Amino acid sequence: MTVLGVSDLGIMRGSRAVVRDASFAVSRGESVMVMGASGSGKTSVLRAIAGLEPLAAGRVVVDGVVIEPGGVPTGSLRRELYRRVGMVFQFHHLFDHLTALHNVSLAPMHVLHRSRKEAEQTAMALLERLGVAARANALPRELSGGEAQRVAIARALAMGPQLLLMDEPTASLDPARRGDLAAILRQLTDEGCALLIASHDEEFVRGCAHRVLTMAEGRISEGSPR
Amino acid sequence: MWKVRFILLVTVACLGQPVRAQTTNELRWGGDAEGGSPFVEADPRDPSRVVGFEVEVAGLLAEGLGRTARFLQVGFTSLDAAAARGDFEVGLSGIEDSPARRSRLAVTIPYYQFREVLTVRDVDAAKFRTLDDLRGRRIATLGATLAYDLLVDAQAKLGIVPVVYEDDVHPYSDLILGRVDAVLLDYVLAERGVRRTPGLTNQSTEVAVGYYVGITAPGNTELRDRMNDILLGAMRDGRLEAIFRRWNMWNEDQPRLYARLTSGGQVEQTAAAPAPPVSGWEAAVRYLPALVRAAVVTLVLSCLSMALAVAVGVLIATGRVYGPRPVRVLLTAWVELIRGTPLLLQLFVLYFGLAVVVQLPAFVAALIGLGLNYAAYESEIYRGALEAVSIGQLDAARTLGLGERQTLVFVRGPQAFRLALPPMTNDFVALLKDSSLVSVITVVELTKETSIFAANIGSWLLPGAMCAAMYLALSLPLARFARRLERTWKR
Repeated sequence: MTVLGVSDLGIMRGSRAVVRDASFAVSRGESVMVMGASGSGKTSVLRAIAGLEPLAAGRVVVDGVVIEPGGVPTGSLRRELYRRVGMVFQFHHLFDHLTALHNVSLAPMHVLHRSRKEAEQTAMALLERLGVAARANALPRELSGGEAQRVAIARALAMGPQLLLMDEPTASLDPARRGDLAAILRQLTDEGCALLIASHDEEFVRGCAHRVLTMAEGRISEGSPR
Repeated sequence: MWKVRFILLVTVACLGQPVRAQTTNELRWGGDAEGGSPFVEADPRDPSRVVGFEVEVAGLLAEGLGRTARFLQVGFTSLDAAAARGDFEVGLSGIEDSPARRSRLAVTIPYYQFREVLTVRDVDAAKFRTLDDLRGRRIATLGATLAYDLLVDAQAKLGIVPVVYEDDVHPYSDLILGRVDAVLLDYVLAERGVRRTPGLTNQSTEVAVGYYVGITAPGNTELRDRMNDILLGAMRDGRLEAIFRRWNMWNEDQPRLYARLTSGGQVEQTAAAPAPPVSGWEAAVRYLPALVRAAVVTLVLSCLSMALAVAVGVLIATGRVYGPRPVRVLLTAWVELIRGTPLLLQLFVLYFGLAVVVQLPAFVAALIGLGLNYAAYESEIYRGALEAVSIGQLDAARTLGLGERQTLVFVRGPQAFRLALPPMTNDFVALLKDSSLVSVITVVELTKETSIFAANIGSWLLPGAMCAAMYLALSLPLARFARRLERTWKR
């Protein structure tokens, strides 16, 4: 079952086209990696799917929610989108003023209207599952790169997304942590979550991608870069 | 206002130094041209010159000494301190004779006798004749005057509320507006006030009698004695009479005074004026309760103004970051208007300027004036802080489905507040001190009370030290609290 469908996607930055005619799909339980050099447009594709960047052409469909050219999604479209898509940023962007636990429980409380108790229980369970429960009361600046990333994953998963977007997830990890991350991602796909990951780390990609897309100069193609 | 006067005084004193050494055939005399006609005022035809009866008395003294008179502008409340410092040789500016003044300066014989009179609205003329009739009412006057001492005395006995002004125009305009029920000032000022403001009556009953004198440095008794001789001579040969007739101030009180003085008599001290304190400590003990009360006014006013400034500042900053273009333009213009004009002017406009439309109580006007003024500065801090929150934080909030308002409340606002805290603390301490400006609209806060204290004892040393200690006692705990908050957040 297709969770994400991208067709003829175009993204402009000023008068420059950073992504052109990109078409691909990601299915439930599938892990798809987007590879490519820096500046090839990987992050822009992820940001457009996450509703952070307006589309110049084409369309994006996430489990029936359609994003079309125009401004970034607003109102009910935006709410529907973020019930389906989660994003983990390259630099995590954890909320600086909140503890790990509150980073994870914030959106379920205020967007999904869960009670504080319920939201924090779920958050704690996620942190436990990702192996950072001991750091629940730490502030982001007190976390290591690996810990921060796992909290960021927990934060995205707390909204129960069907599609998880990750931008350069291995950038701040040493080799051992990279193995841990791969294990977490495999677990997620086994549970049916669809993953779209931008990375230029070939070893990591080989270890956990079901399928690889390659980006070069704003164009996307199936298969590993050769 | 006293700050301005103080700066002026210092400037005058500095400029005066070299002049003093060079020009010995000048008689430097100090006065306050803000006092206006008939005392001393800038000549309407040539504002570089001063005119007034005091100018002529100074000329008379200079002539008698074989010198030429040279005027030095000194703020009224600083005249005693400037005389004691020797900034000028004689001070003449409607300066009242008092035991306190005599105890610390060399004072000339009186050259004019005045009566303290009550001014009331025409409709109240039959009702309010004496201070007794005004029990529990608000009476306006100038600080550091005999009238003020009389009112402080009446405060204890009759529950009268003295309302202190810094100029002699607004007591009368506020009387017409009903902000006060009477004005107690000397006859010369009262006559001028009634002429300028229709609808007012000067009561014929005199509340007290006082005298205008010249003041010189305490050690300068030789000059003082020579000036006394000149004044006595001028009383005998009619030159003083001619001066006061020219200024329409001559009345039956003066010949009696002159006759008494020229026949070797003395004038009796005004009963209501408090005796000078024996020591600095006694003065400190006497004024401490008033200073503490004034410090409470300063603290309450500052806290409420800051709360208003923060609330309005947050609204302005939010409007400038999130609002549509017309709102942003309007708010920017407002901020620039407030930041680009002096707080003093804003207070005047709020209290006196708007009085014809809405009569704000002085404390409320002070609170609004300070609050809105600081709101403009706060809003710039918050706007800067909101814009300093990284775009990554906002993207993260967005991808979690938080709306704009939720992002502001739960993510951007709290982070911006942490960034804004140090400059906010700074501003609060600044506001605490700027609150002294509200004395121009009759709110007696710590600095005003201190200047009254200083004027009464003729020295800034002890009052200044006590005032500084109180400001520090207010601001230091605040700075400490803010630092602790910052540390907690930084961990």
